[in-house]
Amino acid sequence: MMDKLRNKNNKLFLNILLIIIFASIIILLDTKKIGDAYIRRILNLSAIYAIVSVSMNLVNGFTGLFSLGQAGFMAIGAYTVAIFTVPLAARAKIFYITPQNPVLAQIELPFVIALILGGLLAALVALLIGLPVLRLKSDYLAIATLGFSEIIRIVFTNIKSITNGALGIKNIPTMPTMWVFFGIAIISIGFMWLLINSSYGRAFKAIREDEVAAEAMGINLFKHKVMSFSIGAFFAGIGGGLLATLFATVDPNQFYFPVTYNFLLIIVLGGMGSISGTIIASFVVTSGLEILRFFDEPLSMFGVNIPLFRPGLRMVIFSILLMVLVLFFRNGLLGQKELSWKLIFDLLSGNKSRKRTGEGGAAQ
Amino acid sequence: MKRILSLLLSVLMVLALFTACTPASNNGESNEEPEAENEAEPGAEDADVIKIGVFEPLTGMNGGGGLQELGGIEYANKMYPEVLGKKIELVVVDNKSDKGEATTAVTRLIEKDKVVAIIGSYGSAVSIAAGDIIKNAEIPAMGASCTNPMVTQGNEFYFRACFLDPFQGKVMATYAIEQGAKTAAVIMQNGDDYSVGLANFFINAFKDLTGDENSIVDVSEFQLNESDFNAILTNIKAKNPDVIFAPSAATTAPLIIKQARDLGIDSLIMGGDTWENPAIIDVAGEDAEGIVLSTFFDENDPATEEAVKFVEGYKKELAGKEPIIPAVAALGYDAYILLRDAIERAGSTDGIAIRDALRETKDFEGVTGIINFTEEGDADKNLAVIKTVQDGQFVFIDSVEVK
Amino acid sequence: MTGEIFMQQLANGISLGSLYALLAIGYTMVYGILRLINFAHGDIFMMAAYFMVFSIITFNIPWFIAIIIIIIATVTLGVLVEKAAYRPLRNAPRMSIMISAIGASFLLENLATYLFTGVPRGFPDIKVLTSTVKLGSLSLTVATLITPFVTLVLLYLVLFITNKTKIGMAMRAVSKDFETAKLMGININQVISITFIIGSFLAAIGAVLWGSRYPSVMPLMGVMPGLKCFIAAVLGGIGNTTGAVLGGFILGMAEIMLITFLPAFTGYRDAMAFVILIVVLLVKPTGLLGEKVTDKV
Repeated sequence: MMDKLRNKNNKLFLNILLIIIFASIIILLDTKKIGDAYIRRILNLSAIYAIVSVSMNLVNGFTGLFSLGQAGFMAIGAYTVAIFTVPLAARAKIFYITPQNPVLAQIELPFVIALILGGLLAALVALLIGLPVLRLKSDYLAIATLGFSEIIRIVFTNIKSITNGALGIKNIPTMPTMWVFFGIAIISIGFMWLLINSSYGRAFKAIREDEVAAEAMGINLFKHKVMSFSIGAFFAGIGGGLLATLFATVDPNQFYFPVTYNFLLIIVLGGMGSISGTIIASFVVTSGLEILRFFDEPLSMFGVNIPLFRPGLRMVIFSILLMVLVLFFRNGLLGQKELSWKLIFDLLSGNKSRKRTGEGGAAQ
Repeated sequence: MKRILSLLLSVLMVLALFTACTPASNNGESNEEPEAENEAEPGAEDADVIKIGVFEPLTGMNGGGGLQELGGIEYANKMYPEVLGKKIELVVVDNKSDKGEATTAVTRLIEKDKVVAIIGSYGSAVSIAAGDIIKNAEIPAMGASCTNPMVTQGNEFYFRACFLDPFQGKVMATYAIEQGAKTAAVIMQNGDDYSVGLANFFINAFKDLTGDENSIVDVSEFQLNESDFNAILTNIKAKNPDVIFAPSAATTAPLIIKQARDLGIDSLIMGGDTWENPAIIDVAGEDAEGIVLSTFFDENDPATEEAVKFVEGYKKELAGKEPIIPAVAALGYDAYILLRDAIERAGSTDGIAIRDALRETKDFEGVTGIINFTEEGDADKNLAVIKTVQDGQFVFIDSVEVK
Repeated sequence: MTGEIFMQQLANGISLGSLYALLAIGYTMVYGILRLINFAHGDIFMMAAYFMVFSIITFNIPWFIAIIIIIIATVTLGVLVEKAAYRPLRNAPRMSIMISAIGASFLLENLATYLFTGVPRGFPDIKVLTSTVKLGSLSLTVATLITPFVTLVLLYLVLFITNKTKIGMAMRAVSKDFETAKLMGININQVISITFIIGSFLAAIGAVLWGSRYPSVMPLMGVMPGLKCFIAAVLGGIGNTTGAVLGGFILGMAEIMLITFLPAFTGYRDAMAFVILIVVLLVKPTGLLGEKVTDKV
């Protein structure tokens, strides 16, 4: 029977079925027929994290550039949306210590435009940063991108007339429907998927595998690295903008560099060369973190208080998971493979005809 | 082995997705919830439990203060566990001193735990962040110690049991000038609504009262997690102010104090209500002697009958964990009993009814004084307590009334 | 700006700089041998501070004994981290081992938050170190005064070990060429452990001096210092011990001078460290005292 299922037509049928199921779940959630605001929030957050994680995977997993700067690019996107979409009337109250820059105070943009603008600004900054920094070797690149992420955050904390400094901006208009998040997620990830499967994507992978060989084959290293880095930043910016509208408030401390660790965990868990792995991991990690809240609360069994459960245990477990993953499951869930029906059926039918894929996955 | 593991992981993933997508019945996740008693029923009016949500920072920058405030709230719950014939259950969520977490925490309390009211939070920034969600959900909230005006401004569902920073700023400025100060330097934490707000209110009041625009000789800022203030303080030393006002969190206060004294600065050093924290004496040691701060409560001068009971009972409860009853614990206690009283008077758990009942609170006997609410929902208090540190203890100096 | 204020700020700068220098040595040594940025180093420093708090305050051990105890504890912790997080990945791709370093750092921070809560603890007041000394118009604590000297003495010690002892020669060999050193019979594991021992030892001393100056102990206290000290090591020339110390002093001075001369930019003091990093990486990536390393194709 399994063989029959592998038939191409059946695959198409299964794919369509999956899309219908997925869409209906979202519609049901969205129209509040099932679920509650808390669940919607978690799912929206997962969608946003998926966008940012895939953008990070594009740079780190597919092109092999160790970049830790996503938090900074998210900040750019988030603040662009925040600055331009808060209704004009509400601004004076928010900028109550330092008044908003008079030019900016007049401009109000519709959400979509602000979002795209945020992405573009992030990409622009990435371009500027990338030009000098992408020449560096991997560990230096990591620290340099981390450094820039922090510089961006510190600058945002200090330019009070533009960003209201560390007081942050609130009253950002929220989106009434989940489709904004999921829709944009689908478009963004779709775009990145297309990119990966194009000749550019192949060039990225070549660079990841062996830079010198790639250069010898005529690939312009620098141009491709910059491209990957900027596109990654663009989508991180989009993710940041969506985050702003989900939380309705932004402040620079939301983008303190450990935030990037979340995404690191997600791409390691999902597999550093796999988009579908990253998406799945994003949902698992985001809902997992909420489920893990359970560890932060005092637990009593049979009326006896177990002192182990205190605030902070959740993050300890989270960090232990990261360590376990990186030490024992370096390839994550899917390594460099993408999720496909073939894979699922192979798994279900007891791995009979499964090809043994080598460990050569994680590059560099 | 690896295949089994990956199969297991995939199953786990799918399960995770499903638990996230299950309809709102808490049964889906209640296996993992410790407070499993009556979670199965959605809806605010449970069979025999009324839930009040508490969101406080239990970790992060304000973790210390949050824990102290929670102590007062939990003690109040112990003393007054029922209302309208039902048991009151506290649902506590940690907001990690982070605004993003605060909004998630409050959403969870409202949507998942279906609380009828919320207490919190220590730290004005997180309270302000959660304000919109609370307003939209039409659930009443009572802040205990968040003093920034923006918490209740324009939000008819947010109330608070404490006084406001503009008032506090004025009190400190008044006290400083009464002590003969003509010049002052101000240090604030960039990014903390409380610190920045209070500092600015002090600056305005000081300039006002001295009539001198230049009486504030230096204004400096520092970032989160900063520990080296020597450079800032050296600059201040050069200007030689009579008073240094540094309203900051309890984490950075002792560093500022110690480094100032180490540099040989002997100006009077003052702070706001966040300074009434034993951690400061603990860390700054002898250098903490003589600092001055404003606060809401003094255990040696209980304002009401309720206060006397509270001081006696809570001190036993603390059993030496803290040298004095933290002021924020007293406020937490008041926040709880204020809410409880309003629910009682409203006769229902409907958000709007409770809110209206809160509005009508008249001369309520709290442990921090007699409480009435202003139009904005702030406790109409015109009394602040000024304390100093003497022989390693917080000692009452004066109470200041400002009209 | 009077002369005495300038002198005071100078003293502040030198003091801060020498603290950075102590930690920077640890980073540079580990990087020289393992080509690994030990993100967890700052957190080991933090744990050392907590060990001090517990030894002296909870267990009432006199300070001179406590210092010895925490040195042992910190060193053990450092070696443990190496064995658990870095050794298994020695043959893994670079990215994995870096992620492991980040993970180890993150784990230590969260562990500290969980075990000790976020409430800051007071670093024990060691009278000898915290009493104030007046030099003319300068006001300094003993700790501030002796830190630069301690740093220089320790630097001398480390250089002595590296250049004049057998194990030091082994360390230099490993950092020059890992594979060949292994083939020549050098016990790599031992060399690496010694490196971590030295680094953690310095972190422990740094913690004592730091704590006497900034007596607030929190789980995240090692984050910024850790990053800055790594930057200092890069500035001085990664892999070069003397360079690390030089880098530390320069970074510390630069920070203080920024606040002295441009007080409006106080908020940017952390950013400045990162700016210095970027500039160094772009202009002279091998740092001030670093050697040129050719990349074999």
